Amino acid sequence: MFELLGIPPQALFGQVLLGLINGSFYAILSLGLAVIFGLLNIINFSHGAQYMMGAFVAWMCLNYLGINYWAALLIAPLIVGATGIAIERLLLKRIAHVDHLYGLLLTFGLALIIQGLFRNSYGSSGLPYQIPAELRGGQNLGFMFLPYYRGWVVVASLVVCLATWFLIEKTKLGAYLRAATENPTLTQAFGINVPLLVTLTYGFGVALAGFAGVLAAPIYSVNPNMGADLIIVVFAVVVIGGMGSILGAIVTGFSLGLIEGLTKVFYPEGSATVIFIIMVLVLLVRPAGLFGRAA
Amino acid sequence: MKLKTLLTTTAFAALMAAPALAQQISVKAGVLNDRSGLYADLSGEGSVIAAKMAVEDFKATEKGIKVEIVSADHQNKPDVGSTIARTWYDQDGVDLILDVPTSSVALAVNQITKEKNKIHINSGAASSDLTGKACSPNTVHWTYDTYALAQGTGGAMVKAGGDSWFFLTADYAFGHALERDASAVVTKNGGKVLGVVRTPFPGTDFSSFLLQAQASKAKVIGLANAGGDTINSIKQAGEFGITAGGQKLAGLLVFLSDVHSLGLATAQGLVLTESFYWDTNDQTRGWSDRFAKANGGKKPTMVQAGVYSGMLHYLKAVEAAKSKDSAVVMAKMKELPTDDPLFGKGSVRADGRKLHDMYLFEVKKPAESKGPWDYYKQVSVLPAEQAFRPLAESECPLVKK
Repeated sequence: MFELLGIPPQALFGQVLLGLINGSFYAILSLGLAVIFGLLNIINFSHGAQYMMGAFVAWMCLNYLGINYWAALLIAPLIVGATGIAIERLLLKRIAHVDHLYGLLLTFGLALIIQGLFRNSYGSSGLPYQIPAELRGGQNLGFMFLPYYRGWVVVASLVVCLATWFLIEKTKLGAYLRAATENPTLTQAFGINVPLLVTLTYGFGVALAGFAGVLAAPIYSVNPNMGADLIIVVFAVVVIGGMGSILGAIVTGFSLGLIEGLTKVFYPEGSATVIFIIMVLVLLVRPAGLFGRAA
Repeated sequence: MKLKTLLTTTAFAALMAAPALAQQISVKAGVLNDRSGLYADLSGEGSVIAAKMAVEDFKATEKGIKVEIVSADHQNKPDVGSTIARTWYDQDGVDLILDVPTSSVALAVNQITKEKNKIHINSGAASSDLTGKACSPNTVHWTYDTYALAQGTGGAMVKAGGDSWFFLTADYAFGHALERDASAVVTKNGGKVLGVVRTPFPGTDFSSFLLQAQASKAKVIGLANAGGDTINSIKQAGEFGITAGGQKLAGLLVFLSDVHSLGLATAQGLVLTESFYWDTNDQTRGWSDRFAKANGGKKPTMVQAGVYSGMLHYLKAVEAAKSKDSAVVMAKMKELPTDDPLFGKGSVRADGRKLHDMYLFEVKKPAESKGPWDYYKQVSVLPAEQAFRPLAESECPLVKK
């Protein structure tokens, strides 16, 4: 039996698959960030907190209202998206005309407040959330045991990613959005309600984070720090893919998950830093990111 | 006229009282722990509540000891913890530091406490180095340590037939110490360690490491991690069918708050070692009920119980020594036997190790639990002399002949 770099190929396939599964979280989170940055020019630092809110809303739905996972998959993103719309209307709108660093600071502050509120109410060690009964168990693929739930996560995030890409790149609504970002004044002159488009886009990006949160709830413990731990990695993914590039976010999300997974096999201690090393290298060679257009 | 008389009398009375005040000892205790990160639930504000309860129960003011308690968040970072400890000792007049979970921070505070000749009563950190090669005349290690955890869970698993191990180790001082002590127990009992993977701390996804552990075909996967890391590893081990496939998980350090967070459905059957459980006897139940009332209904972890017990013993020593001089108080702490409602009778050894029994618990099935926080059933008791590292094996310079 041949071995690849000291690892049996079967184990390697397992790790590749696992990397892709983690990559699907990176993809869906960085997609939301890319949509918000690409169309609104806001660096949404509260994205991690909004992802955490998605998981918490799913938990609350189940424990306070008896609403199950499948319904929460729809309801939680709507609720989290609605809070996003409120944030855009009340706060972000007022700083839309200044340097986008202010948006970064404002959303960062918001993230700290949201995390603090959840930590005070629910503690820091997390809450239990079971995998829905339909998706318990798994399939032995020969080279690894694939839990059904993880498979579902990959499928769900791929579908959502592709649908978002299609919406923005191929539909009329998407065309309006892109026009509004290119030249808001001109687009408004054509009778399109640009402020409404901006609000809805932010709400949609936030809802994507909430959706990822619900997907994550049964795998990780639902705790207030879950977003903070992830957000820096996700930002690195967006930067590597090219800020604002939809396709870049999706492709780099999956491939960095893969690279991280392989690092966990060959040099586990480095798996937390490998993404940042890649970020540095990419920025040196292509400052706009792999899929970004130079400004 | 009346006012003048009143003022004179008050001034006179104050003057008379002054010598009495001068005899009063005032102590400032700092509770230094994680108040926002992954160890906040097992230490955090609960430890401050426990320290305050100790002062109340001791009736310190009646005994002429004025106690002030301050607290701070070290964020699990040795640099942050060191800065706070230095400021407390140098500027704020803090006499002792309590709790300090996270071994890397505890080792730093241990060093500073020795330099400044103050007192450190550690409840939260695990590394057995605190009373081993890093031992100090100024530190008491109170609640548990990696040696005792390894003896408890490790010993029990090997005896039950789990003779080949693979470790998932959190990549910092605590994880390394726990892995070292547990490996020693495994090999001593005739078992083998098949492999180790060092995981970045803190982590969220452990599935990749768990698959490596699975591929090793070891009978037991030892989790040399804590808090959120342990919770996520146990959850994901269930998800990937690792426990269902016959491999056993050994949670080498699992706290009550972790089990609460996992839920019994996921945590059932887990074997773990602790030095304190709230539902052990009437005294622990009574104290824990009072604690829970002050702590939003949450029962105490062994770390919080240890802060209470350590503070209480410190106050007893101050009372007996009639002084707060570090060397004198430390000598008293080691001389007096310890006795409190939570840990029962025990003692503090020359190397700073507090001795008491440890317990091996098994997590109940959801059907066996009568309500929230009813989580453990006792498997066995590990007597203090077996649980902790014997002085003869110690690397502590204080006891080396």
